Amino acid sequence: MQAIICIEKIISKTLSIAGILRLKVKNMWDYTEKVMDHFMNPRNVGKLEDADGMGEVGSMSCGDALRLMFKLDDDQKISEAKFQTFGCGSAIASSSILTEMIIGKTLEEASKITNENIADELGGLPREKMHCSVMGREALEEAMIDYYTKKGKEIPCTLIKQDVEICNCFQVKTSTVRNAVLQYKLKDIEDVTHYTKAGGGCKQCHHDIQHVIDDCWEEMGSGLVQLDSKPVDNGDSEQIRELLENDIARALRTDGGDIELVEIRGKEVHVRMIGACASCPSSQATIKGWVEAQLKENVDSEIIVVEVKN
Amino acid sequence: MSKLEFPDCPSELIYMDNNATTIVAQEVIDEMLPYLQSNYGNPSSMHKLGAAAGNAVDRARDQVMNLLGVESPLELVFTGSGSESDNMAIIGTIRAYPEKKHIVTTVVEHPAVMGLCRELEKHHGVEVTWLDVDSKGRLDLAQLRDSLRDDTALVSVMAANNETGVIFPVEEIGKIVKERGIIFHVDAVQAAGKLPLDMSNSTIDLLSISAHKLHGCKGVGALYVRRGTKIRPLIVGGHQERGRRAGTENVPGLVAFGKACELAAGQLENENSCVRNLRDHLEKKIIETVPDCRINGVVDKRLPNTTNISFDYIEGEGILLMLNLAKIAASSGSACTSGSLEPSHVLKAMGIPFISAHGSIRFSLSRFNSEAEVDYAAAVMPQIIEKLRSITPFNQERKTF
Repeated sequence: MQAIICIEKIISKTLSIAGILRLKVKNMWDYTEKVMDHFMNPRNVGKLEDADGMGEVGSMSCGDALRLMFKLDDDQKISEAKFQTFGCGSAIASSSILTEMIIGKTLEEASKITNENIADELGGLPREKMHCSVMGREALEEAMIDYYTKKGKEIPCTLIKQDVEICNCFQVKTSTVRNAVLQYKLKDIEDVTHYTKAGGGCKQCHHDIQHVIDDCWEEMGSGLVQLDSKPVDNGDSEQIRELLENDIARALRTDGGDIELVEIRGKEVHVRMIGACASCPSSQATIKGWVEAQLKENVDSEIIVVEVKN
Repeated sequence: MSKLEFPDCPSELIYMDNNATTIVAQEVIDEMLPYLQSNYGNPSSMHKLGAAAGNAVDRARDQVMNLLGVESPLELVFTGSGSESDNMAIIGTIRAYPEKKHIVTTVVEHPAVMGLCRELEKHHGVEVTWLDVDSKGRLDLAQLRDSLRDDTALVSVMAANNETGVIFPVEEIGKIVKERGIIFHVDAVQAAGKLPLDMSNSTIDLLSISAHKLHGCKGVGALYVRRGTKIRPLIVGGHQERGRRAGTENVPGLVAFGKACELAAGQLENENSCVRNLRDHLEKKIIETVPDCRINGVVDKRLPNTTNISFDYIEGEGILLMLNLAKIAASSGSACTSGSLEPSHVLKAMGIPFISAHGSIRFSLSRFNSEAEVDYAAAVMPQIIEKLRSITPFNQERKTF
């Protein structure tokens, strides 16, 4: 909990500095009535015998898993949807409301439902439970991809994961993995994990990461991608150093933590977490969600922050 | 799908989370109130109010000593919590023996010890040997024996595990540790008041306890320091506790602690008969009525009040939410309830598979629970588990995606 509070403080601090609207922050257990209703009385639980599309995401080891199934009617609208979920109250509620949200919609309409829509429909979710809504969105994507694949139809580009989180354990975006593979010519998942942390947790995303790697190499082979691997110039280094040592480190220090710049390698910024941050289980979230975001926004959108462990 | 209903739902919450914290006993409140209202003096002051406060702290110390079988008041240091006691024991010993850079502890310790040892390991050049446990949560004493070195500063083990209730054979461990002349620290935060502890006939050098686990107040703890044990203070700058723990005494808290220990000493027999029977009854009924569940930890070597049961294929938070609606407070080792991505480190160390670890529930009882409450809890469990199992995609045939 301490870690979460710490992160929340940092995030809200940043947002208020940046003048951005404050995130709707809810505490654990602070479930809305709607979440509790959908948890206690989940709608559309079960399996569909001859589903047109089925998506399975998560796993037992992740502590969250969802199977979503749907059937289409003659008008190509979703006529039935069913789910089965292993997970916490908000995971069950997110799945339940998702089935209600997609019934009556065409696949194109349903594909526009985002994880934020799911959370909003529930009247909001606690921050640390937002991944439950992400799981809902992912299951929907999987189920639709399953449908298009089975029918031999082309998968609409809105369903091809552009910048969704590829690694839920460490909240790494697909674009981050893509950029790292392209820039550093990474060949395997292990390398990707070293560079971005993606795939270092439950390993469920290894399949997806391999896809990204394969796609990138195909692109590089065909010369479609112009590689830009020139190191960040000195001006940038100075700016990075300044931002890290002043603004970022100062904010962390107020929470008993600290950050140290180890080295700058091209667009990779290697840092070491110190003090409370070093033992903080959410240090990855701090690095990726905040430190990296700050550097991307203020210095260079391609910067990747890598944590150096002792 | 059937709607969950709890027709016998009581109006008052049934509290079965006593390893997290306990209700403050009425006698304890009665005893401490005057020290908030009229006898509010500082024990260091040279006036009547100060003397009254000082005498109250002395009396509290006697009461705590009595529960632990401590012989001299010089051997008991009051602290601000069980975690502080653990920190003082470990850091205080490391500082007293700067040439010794090795600690032995276990993989199932409370975060107070585990987190501190990790910190020392990562940032202070201390080497830590982490002793494993088997699938029942038991230590291997041969591994302990092999881990001891000439530069081992201390061995720190818990008397009983907070999550599973599994009891470690501290005196057997202590015998091995003391043969090598190494300092022996025991975290007895969960054991105090539930298991007999007698420092006058023990191998233990340092022992941590906490007041709020035995119907005292939060924010009060104690560290037993055997006479002759070298230890440096953690909080410095005042003469309190003979210079071993600076800071004005939490007089009302200590008075409460003393009274709670006095009551606990009188209740020890009851804990190991009545409370144990309640726990056994609850456990037996749940195991009999719910399929695919198992008790975590070695069954016959546990705290009398604790049971930790895994319900396969479902997640603990859902169980807790439903128990909460049924007016029952318990806790879970699931990832979702701990705020991390990982389920309990204790169950993980025991090698409990994910399919069971995520759906673990701990009921920890106290002398304030009744047979009717236990019957009610046992009666609601089957329908809660059945309801969640009707939602999960996993079962005996399909254990993960």
